Amino acid sequence: MSKIPSDLKYTKSHEWVRALADGSVEIGITDHAQEALGDLVFVEVPEVGRKLAAGEACAVVESVKAASDVYSPLAGEVIEGNVDLAAAPELVNQDPYGNGWLLRFKPADKSGLAKLLDAAAYGKHLETEAH
Amino acid sequence: MGLKTPLYAEHLSAGARMVDFGGWDMPVNYGSQIEEHHAVRRDAGMFDVSHMGVVDVKGARVRPFLRHLLANDVSRLQVSGKALYSCLLREDGGILDDLIVYFLTESWFRMVVNAGTRDKDLAWIRRHASAFAVEVMERKDLAMIAVQGPNARDKAATLLPAAERAAALALDTFVGAEIADLFIARTGYTGEDGWEMIVPAFRAAQIWNALHAAGVACCGLGARDTLRLEAGMNLYGSDMDESTHPLESSLGWTVAWTPAERDFVGRTALESIRKSGSPRQLIGLLLEERGVLRSHQKVVAPGVGEGEVTSGTFSPTLERSIGLARVPANSGERVQVDIRGRLLNTRVVKPPFVRNGRPLVS
Repeated sequence: MSKIPSDLKYTKSHEWVRALADGSVEIGITDHAQEALGDLVFVEVPEVGRKLAAGEACAVVESVKAASDVYSPLAGEVIEGNVDLAAAPELVNQDPYGNGWLLRFKPADKSGLAKLLDAAAYGKHLETEAH
Repeated sequence: MGLKTPLYAEHLSAGARMVDFGGWDMPVNYGSQIEEHHAVRRDAGMFDVSHMGVVDVKGARVRPFLRHLLANDVSRLQVSGKALYSCLLREDGGILDDLIVYFLTESWFRMVVNAGTRDKDLAWIRRHASAFAVEVMERKDLAMIAVQGPNARDKAATLLPAAERAAALALDTFVGAEIADLFIARTGYTGEDGWEMIVPAFRAAQIWNALHAAGVACCGLGARDTLRLEAGMNLYGSDMDESTHPLESSLGWTVAWTPAERDFVGRTALESIRKSGSPRQLIGLLLEERGVLRSHQKVVAPGVGEGEVTSGTFSPTLERSIGLARVPANSGERVQVDIRGRLLNTRVVKPPFVRNGRPLVS
């Protein structure tokens, strides 16, 4: 079973979102997503300052098997990309909810966060996808 | 649910991630594809290749039959057990499949064909066999395990009765033999030393588990693909198919042109392509920028034309992306590949990229 931390929000396209104390949010891909992709070999994160619309492709994660877009769950402006992933994309496999984070951004509208899936809803979504 | 090999339950209990491959439920990895890849380059790994078809052809005229059926010439096989790689061609030179054929006796040859093409191959082979009164038998009672890597033969030999080990370890490259109740051949699809073992299906799980106990790592189709691509070997269905011929697939070396009077299926078409020169070629690519080559990406040869990546991956040994691409002849040494809208630079290299654990390109 893949891990689904209860303190995060999720999307149906397998991104997670963490609300940080300063009002910004951190985004990554879920444990389920990294497992499905397999060993990551290349991660492309957006430039600082880039404005993202909700649902816009904002990063690329590539495994030995396939390339996959990561979609921004919310609208906002990128304040940091995880530069460590350029040299160590495997961090996403090893620690998807920690050192494998992809980007941080300042959401345009904080209320959007409440509309995302909670851990229970995401868990249910995985079950329905499996059938 | 797809077809299952005799090792299906072993894959599940080893925690394999299963995928559909040519209608078969096959393990793509057992955890980390990259670790499995390195196990084969550095030590020993094994693959369930029981989805491939073992086809025995028997009869007094089996040799003349295969000299007609195959683009390579089985008259090159004179020692029992010797293997030959060949294309199976249509009349127009299109590649129906690539296969390995073993000479066992003057009335018995064995072919190993791809999983996705086996039904089509069998129909084609039987159609041509009738004129030679050759019997064609699909050996569904057999399974196949490829054990590959620098330590693969030594580890696998521990499974054999002591009296048989020396004979097995003495097998030359591209030669097979019946040893105990197994058929062991020193062949493979990884660019490493090793064996392909054709085993009775009912014994497959026992042998698989014994190999694992001997320190051979379980490896999935994911690692098999990165290994074969590093070794510069074509994958049927990706790098070639019925719409392509051997001369534009880096397989001209597998076509036996002499003797000129040998009438093999596809010869007339290939002779005319050979005379005019193939307008396309299959080349090896090394990506010089960050990213990963993938099949179907567009290739641009400035001033010459366009082509397509047929296989691409991240090479775990070279730690950069490599690929094969079909491009116009004379595309030069540097071509570009369109990766998500950006043209990235690649260098044209002659495969293999890696052999026997060592990088051959830099």
